[in-house]
Amino acid sequence: MEPTTTSYLVLAALLFGIGATGVMIRRNPLVMFMCIELMLNAVNLTFVALATRFSDIDGQTAVFFVMVVAAAEVVVGLGIIISIMRRRPGSTVDDLAELRG
Amino acid sequence: MELVVFVLASAMVLLGAVGVIAFRNPVHAALGLILTLFGVAVHFVSMEAHFLAAVQVIVYAGAIVVLFLFVIMLLGVDRAEDLSIEPLRLQRPVAVVLGVGITVLIAGAVVRGADTLGRETVADAPGDSNIRALARSLYSDHVLAFELTSVLLIVAVAGTVILTRRLKRSEG
Repeated sequence: MEPTTTSYLVLAALLFGIGATGVMIRRNPLVMFMCIELMLNAVNLTFVALATRFSDIDGQTAVFFVMVVAAAEVVVGLGIIISIMRRRPGSTVDDLAELRG
Repeated sequence: MELVVFVLASAMVLLGAVGVIAFRNPVHAALGLILTLFGVAVHFVSMEAHFLAAVQVIVYAGAIVVLFLFVIMLLGVDRAEDLSIEPLRLQRPVAVVLGVGITVLIAGAVVRGADTLGRETVADAPGDSNIRALARSLYSDHVLAFELTSVLLIVAVAGTVILTRRLKRSEG
């Protein structure tokens, strides 16, 4: 017996749900970033599962672009976190509300 | 055999993911993230996406998690976060309910739509090797997007350098 495409998709749904829960319950900006990476990986898993199912390589190309954009996003996000933390050490996302109008 | 691999890799993925959101220490959370990323790489291999599996290990587990750990150590936030303080009351229960709701919605939609995927298991790999097919798609159909990613990376690197630069006020 082999795993079906649906089982991969259900696994991706579980991974996405865990990542979304993490973004909502954690207050450390670094850990929230990791949860966003979890959600991106869930989407990548979906792309690859469906690309394999339909024998279409374009899904894997999309995953390649998602990885590049994720790398750029992490670089910029960590840069922002470093410059915030340098100014106010030990702050959580709840302390960073000064951008509100 | 493939089912055993699927179950083991799925256990890696889910345990690592739960670890990311449950560990108090950010360093432990990063290690859970590595476990999840390796599990996803195993899934990629079993779905014949060999190039993406290699990129997953090298770029994600290698570069991105190391960058995370580097920033955690640099900022000195590697002490345990006190999870008992809850600035917004009811935030966590509501968040858990919302997360479970999202999961159930997506999984339910997937299971209901399972018939449209057909009954077969994962299809046979196309004749070309994975890397060759991916390269053909990347450098012919998507070459403009590929070039734009290089622009994106340069902008991201330059922007990060400007963001984190310390201005020298004393000289001048």
